[in-house]
Amino acid sequence: MGNTVIDAHNVNKVYNPDTIPVYAINNVHLHIEEGEFTALVGPSGSGKTTLLNLIGGLDKPDQGNIVINGVDITQLSPGELIEFRLKNIGFVFQSFNLIPVLTAKENAEFIMLLQGAKKATRNERIGQLFKEIEMEDKLNSRPAQLSGGQQQRVAVARALASKPKFVLADEPTANLDSKSASNLLDIMARLNKEEKITFLFSTHDQRVIERAKRVITLVDGKITSDTAMVDTNILHAEIK
Amino acid sequence: MWLIKLAWKNLWRNKTRTLITMAAVFFAVILSVIASSLKEGVFENLVKNVVSFYSGYIQVHKTGYWDEQILDNSMEKSTAVEQKLMRQKNVKGIAARLESFALASSANITKGCLVSGIEPQNENQITSLQQKIIKGQYITDNDNAVLLAQGLAERLQLNINDTIILIAQGFHGSTAAGKYPVKGIVKFGSPDLNDRTLFMPLAAAQDFFSAYGMISTYVLSLTNPDLTEKTASAIQSTTGTDYEVMTWGQMMPDVKQHIEADSNNMKYVQGVLYMLICFGIFGTILMMMVERRFEMGMLVAVGMKKGKLMFLLLFESVLTVFTGCISGIIASIPLVFLLNRYPFRMGGETAKAYERFGFEAIFPTSTDASNFIQQGLVVLVMGLVLSLYPMYRVWRLNAVAAMKR
Repeated sequence: MGNTVIDAHNVNKVYNPDTIPVYAINNVHLHIEEGEFTALVGPSGSGKTTLLNLIGGLDKPDQGNIVINGVDITQLSPGELIEFRLKNIGFVFQSFNLIPVLTAKENAEFIMLLQGAKKATRNERIGQLFKEIEMEDKLNSRPAQLSGGQQQRVAVARALASKPKFVLADEPTANLDSKSASNLLDIMARLNKEEKITFLFSTHDQRVIERAKRVITLVDGKITSDTAMVDTNILHAEIK
Repeated sequence: MWLIKLAWKNLWRNKTRTLITMAAVFFAVILSVIASSLKEGVFENLVKNVVSFYSGYIQVHKTGYWDEQILDNSMEKSTAVEQKLMRQKNVKGIAARLESFALASSANITKGCLVSGIEPQNENQITSLQQKIIKGQYITDNDNAVLLAQGLAERLQLNINDTIILIAQGFHGSTAAGKYPVKGIVKFGSPDLNDRTLFMPLAAAQDFFSAYGMISTYVLSLTNPDLTEKTASAIQSTTGTDYEVMTWGQMMPDVKQHIEADSNNMKYVQGVLYMLICFGIFGTILMMMVERRFEMGMLVAVGMKKGKLMFLLLFESVLTVFTGCISGIIASIPLVFLLNRYPFRMGGETAKAYERFGFEAIFPTSTDASNFIQQGLVVLVMGLVLSLYPMYRVWRLNAVAAMKR
């Protein structure tokens, strides 16, 4: 057993509680350990993004506790939550969300700048990350000069730059073609394996689901299945 | 530092929007400066007209003269009184006058006129009378000649070196009569003065009216016209109750009221202008907020403190508004000076109405530096106050809601 990164207990999120209540998240219990590569799947409206928002401290549950790395984030003030997110969580969004006026390097080091990291530290980390995402030659390119896949890779670099405890990725491959998506998944899987970075994705994408080590299915805000996937590489190795 | 760099880069991410905002501020400052300069300029010009045409900023008479303007209410010209007046800090110059009415004639034409006995040099310092000469020469202390206002000269069909006959009632009921050569012709912007005024040296006037050593008025010019009321009070307290000290506003209350009404109208115009400026700037701010809402949500989501984001937006606004302001002030300087040199000239009934009050029908701008600074600051403050709106929106920002497409 590794260290617990996410521990959610009895989490509920209800919209319109006074009129027609809609249970976006209904009594969810979730436990994720360091180094996991987990996919959160389910149909549209099943509550995947809401659950990611709650775990990421972007939204507050109406009931229950969410403990991240030993800190109950439901007890934090909005200001403390921002600080917590900055130090502990990396975000990858569906539509990349790079800052258009900054170069790829500046976008990637943005979180480190917010953290007050020194230039030398930033340069070292960004250099290393851009090597990982195979974009060393695009450091000074603006987002508009990059393809969707390249932009998402920069977004991943941005999420990882400050060495967060885990990365939340909301439909990271939704806007990518299959080659770019496959590329991105390779990079994330490698980072997960080599740097032990914990990933939690929400996704519809079968390619992501196939690469996940664990798949959690959410329907109508409830976890209906939680399956550890067989790593075919390990299986092949054992057979041999 | 990186935040300032980011603000600078953000300014140019949407050049059109930034330039529209800067242009809104730029034109706002220009319009505001011109409106304010016009307001001040018109006011200054009207006062200057009133004062420099004839009245001066302050007049000192024997008590009761203003209510009954006859020679018998005149006073002795006194060096002691003149010294008292000159001791006042704000008094720049004094000119004594002996004024009364006479009947002027030439050949078979007759017209009533105001005879003003003046000290030519002192008078010139206050009303710039010499500059108003359009024909002939200015009078000196020892002349026994007159200056005629252009309208009066035309009515009497007189030219320089012609002779004018004057008949009047003199001091203490005596009869006054005399003939004088016309030494010069002066032109006034005020039709009233232009049609009925005649100037002669004080000694000649005293002789004509048999009012030897007498004067009716001391006319005062001031260093700082803004202190007119205060100076009048100070003079009144030193000269005592034998003399009445009157400001131009007291002598011409209807004119003062008219000027103030005009000035207030300009304030309303300026108020409407400020509102338009606010809408212009606010429109571009709203445009920016809509365009960048998602990004702001993302920035807060990834851990950017709202205070930093607010500072970023404020700095962007400051840069935009400040640039617009400075360029607006710079561009307005030549415009204001041009409109001062070549003022708007009214025509038709408005011009006639102005002339009836004795004013030149022009709208010059004031070139006072305070107009540029004040209006620049007003627009800058308006821009900065409006910039508080994006900051408020950031303060209230919900990252999840902001990132919903």
